[in-house]
Amino acid sequence: MSADIQSNSVTITNEEGLHARPASLFAHLANQFHSQITVTRGEESVDGKSILSILTLGATQGVQLIIRAEGLDADQAVQQLSQLVESGFDV
Amino acid sequence: MQLLEGIAVSPGVAIGEVVVIDNEGFRIPTRFVTRDAVDEEVLRMQHAFDSVAAEISRNHERISDQLGVQYGAIFAAHLQMLKDPTLVNEVTGMISEKHHSAEYAVSKTLRRYAKIFQELDDHYMAERAHDFFDLEKNLLGKLLGRRRESLSKISTPAIVLAHNLTPSETAKLDPRFVLGFATEVGGPSSHTAIVAKGLEIPAVVGTGHFLTDVSGGDVVIVDGDHGQVILNPDDKTLHRYQEELEHHRSLAAELSVLRDLPAETIDGARIQLGANIEFPHEVNACRERGADGIGLYRTEFLYLGTDEEPTEEDHYRAYAHVIQSMGDRQVVFRTLDLGADKLGQLPRHEEENNPFLGVRSIRLSLRNLDLFRVQLRALTRASALGPVRVMFPMISTLQELRQAKMLLIDTMEDLVEDGYELKEKLEIGIMVEVPSAVLMLDKFLKEVDFISIGTNDLIQYCLAVDRSNKDVANLYRASDPAVLRLIETTIRQSNEAGVPVNLCGEMSTSPKYVPLLLGLGLRSMSVPPSSVPEIKQVCRSVSIEQCEAIAQRVMELESALEVDAYLTDQLRQIFPELAI
Repeated sequence: MSADIQSNSVTITNEEGLHARPASLFAHLANQFHSQITVTRGEESVDGKSILSILTLGATQGVQLIIRAEGLDADQAVQQLSQLVESGFDV
Repeated sequence: MQLLEGIAVSPGVAIGEVVVIDNEGFRIPTRFVTRDAVDEEVLRMQHAFDSVAAEISRNHERISDQLGVQYGAIFAAHLQMLKDPTLVNEVTGMISEKHHSAEYAVSKTLRRYAKIFQELDDHYMAERAHDFFDLEKNLLGKLLGRRRESLSKISTPAIVLAHNLTPSETAKLDPRFVLGFATEVGGPSSHTAIVAKGLEIPAVVGTGHFLTDVSGGDVVIVDGDHGQVILNPDDKTLHRYQEELEHHRSLAAELSVLRDLPAETIDGARIQLGANIEFPHEVNACRERGADGIGLYRTEFLYLGTDEEPTEEDHYRAYAHVIQSMGDRQVVFRTLDLGADKLGQLPRHEEENNPFLGVRSIRLSLRNLDLFRVQLRALTRASALGPVRVMFPMISTLQELRQAKMLLIDTMEDLVEDGYELKEKLEIGIMVEVPSAVLMLDKFLKEVDFISIGTNDLIQYCLAVDRSNKDVANLYRASDPAVLRLIETTIRQSNEAGVPVNLCGEMSTSPKYVPLLLGLGLRSMSVPPSSVPEIKQVCRSVSIEQCEAIAQRVMELESALEVDAYLTDQLRQIFPELAI
């Protein structure tokens, strides 16, 4: 099976934005997948498995992000990560 | 390279390694390690990361148990940051590729992230910079362990950078190893400024935020002549400044031949040129620079940097050292000149809306008689050791002067009763630095042995300008015609009454004002030790006749701008090298 590429656009809904705790949850989940994961805000793309990189995006409420995954479990990764963001990190 | 603009508060140039004073006061010992040590350095780094991670995990569990999972979450985030491959790779790269020390690599990297956050628009995110400072602090704590150097133990020359140095922090520093200061906040009258001038080291204050851009061990230039701080200068800049340092040194050497020559004008008028000091050890600089005595000894340092009230013996020891070191040369003591907010020894004072118009200086002393009496006793005892004068600061009414004098006389009587041998008479004077004292000068002159004009406060109170407020600082001008009129009338009346008059404010440290002041009839000045040679040179290059002509012209001018332009032009003709 060849590597799959998936991507999805999501909007930050929770009030506090992508600060330490949510970013931590995101990176934690991203690390569960084998795929390479990038998060893009505007023209800036960062490693979705690195909490620091995610934090430096400075994504506040209302900001739109593109989650992109490349790898065998890309489909699952994009789906679960999108769900996490859209739920307002309510886990 | 990064250039920062600030306020120049103490002249000269310093180049050196940085010590950053944060809340924790860590000092990074070295920036680089040898090639052989790289592997070990990476191991040390990993070890530090591991033990901080273990510590955070423990905190995570403890807080989650005690307060709930929500509260523990922040530690989970810290832990993840610490284990973040981007971070670890970056730090490792700095060590293995650039041969930086683990401490430097950690500090540099985490501060870079802190800065990214500080610059985010979102206030909440900007606050997160603290998380990185926290991590930095923990990692450095592990890395340095016992090797951690506290500020009081700085033992190699360095430049001290801080947000704002508190008096107690400054007091802890060993002046022998401090090459220069730069602070993010502060104005020309901040404590850092006074101490830097006292120590004769270059200082720049009020540069705005920069501490996230530096790490201990970085090279920095403090340009105290132009108010600039240059972080990690490029080779060209470094070279230029090294040449300038050399120039400073050779000019100083040139002026040092003046040491044993008197401050005397071409036509033979002898000028008393004293030095202002803050710390007892500065007497050496006074003697080396050829000062005629100490025109202003600020006694505040005894109260700063400690919460204990200095004892009579503490005062006496410091004063005796200064008097004995100066031999037969006069020492003028100024009694405590501080605001209540700076004194840790006093009970918590009420917040003042206008500290400069509040309880400070002589007003503070007269309201805290126990504190004041201790100083007066020590002063009076020490006065038996040499030619000493006592001066009360910020006198604004005759009643204040009379009260202070009475206390001093009481003290002398007590000491005689206690069996001390004192001189029959101690010369007593006042600082003229409030316009009311100028307006009432004829009365004051009947009750004092001498006066000293303090231009810094006189300018501030005359023009109603707080010079640390950058929006109005440009109005603060020694050359303002109104200020010059106050000075002119003070000098004239004192001379007419035969009362010695001295000027000890910053105004006299600027060479261009010297001809004007001499022309107005001033024959005694007091300047920081570092300025003595320069001012002496100016005195020796002019005649009183010439100065009087300059003064006459100046007193006809209508604005500070005209006065400054005219005086700079005159100085250029007298002594071109000093006209800046």
